[in-house]
Amino acid sequence: MSGAGQKGWNRNQMAARAALELKDGFYCNLGIGIPTLVANYIPEGMHITLQSENGMLGMGPFPYDGEEDADLINAGKQTITELDMSSYFSSSDSFAMVRGGHINLSILGAMEVSEKGDLANWMIPGKMVKGMGGAMDLVAGVKRVVVVMDHTSKSGDPKLLHECSLPLTGQQVVDMVITNFGVFEIDRGKGMRLTELSQDMTVEDIKQSTEAHFDIAL
Amino acid sequence: MPSKVFQSAADALSDLTFNGMTLMSGGFGLCGIPENLIAAVHEAGMQDISIVSNNCGVDGFGLGILLDAKQIKKMISSYVGENKEFERQYLEGELELEFNPQGTLAERIRAGGAGIPGFYTKTGVGTLIAEGKEHKDFNGETYMLETGLTADVSLVKAWKADKEGNLVYRKTARNFNPMMATAGKVTVVEVETIVESGELDPDEIHTPGIYVQRVIKGTFEKRIEQCTTRSRGDV
Repeated sequence: MSGAGQKGWNRNQMAARAALELKDGFYCNLGIGIPTLVANYIPEGMHITLQSENGMLGMGPFPYDGEEDADLINAGKQTITELDMSSYFSSSDSFAMVRGGHINLSILGAMEVSEKGDLANWMIPGKMVKGMGGAMDLVAGVKRVVVVMDHTSKSGDPKLLHECSLPLTGQQVVDMVITNFGVFEIDRGKGMRLTELSQDMTVEDIKQSTEAHFDIAL
Repeated sequence: MPSKVFQSAADALSDLTFNGMTLMSGGFGLCGIPENLIAAVHEAGMQDISIVSNNCGVDGFGLGILLDAKQIKKMISSYVGENKEFERQYLEGELELEFNPQGTLAERIRAGGAGIPGFYTKTGVGTLIAEGKEHKDFNGETYMLETGLTADVSLVKAWKADKEGNLVYRKTARNFNPMMATAGKVTVVEVETIVESGELDPDEIHTPGIYVQRVIKGTFEKRIEQCTTRSRGDV
């Protein structure tokens, strides 16, 4: 699936790997970007209910051309559809679900993750700040938080760090990080271990691109 | 009792607007925004408005038209990334901005309307937004104090109202509207349809009319921010 000469997973492969974290009956919130692609890899026969934090459970696919409804959007403000299982509710009910620990899994993107599970994904000081939206609530309230992100920044700098340099979205909130290089599990507040390598990737490759300390548990 | 039904947005707001007022404005992105009432606020021309709203519209539509007219002094929002004029005014120091996590914003409004002056949440503990806020441990976890929010006037969009002011919302256009309806000293609602009392099923009313002082029937553009579709051939 990956291009010639490319090491590691592409976006779709990362999403497919993240989908392995789904379990039958889960209520899940998927963030914008690669996390949204996870919906394409829900195994046949598995019952997963997707929450959209603007006020919907049971998010359906994009509408057919001409059937879009301005009253029916997801948290990325894209037009979507409803399913037989769908329900609608207010923003306060939506975040009661989130904060109250009723959502099983949140999959979202990140700028930086620390070895203790701190997450930074909402603000770069000195640049225009758009706001945290629902990210702080999701990482504080959802039972299990999985980050899907590129292993390094566009300039090649590590994004898995001892300590985040950017302002935090949440402290000790991340349970797993899936990058194009591999999979890391985090014991919140304690440490990180490398549990899977993506294709053609070696532990040495990963060490060169990672600042965070990690144990190896392949 | 005087009727809650007013003839126009301007009519409904005529004796409610003043410089320096605080408004709540429902909607998520452009979905479920009170577009008629926002336009009437623009025409009323008051200045130095503080606005509680999850977002700030887009350039030239929704709350964006109040930004363009420099009527807004302060925004309390969770996400404002869709608006170039917002960015310009903020960077020039013309506009104050208070970011709240979306769930905290929703709960602050709910609390304000329910007579709850503050509540503890773990959202944002250990981040920039926790600075200066009271912290307290419950059952071994740390939480922080957030305060309830109210407004001079709440601007709400619903799908249907009856003449009692009972409201029904439609799909994800509900979002922040029900809480804002409870948190305004005066709540003004625009709807697509006004029906006779008794026509709405009492079991299916989302906002009881006690929270609603004024209702107008609007005309709606209902702009879509990101029209994403698939063609019938797609799997």
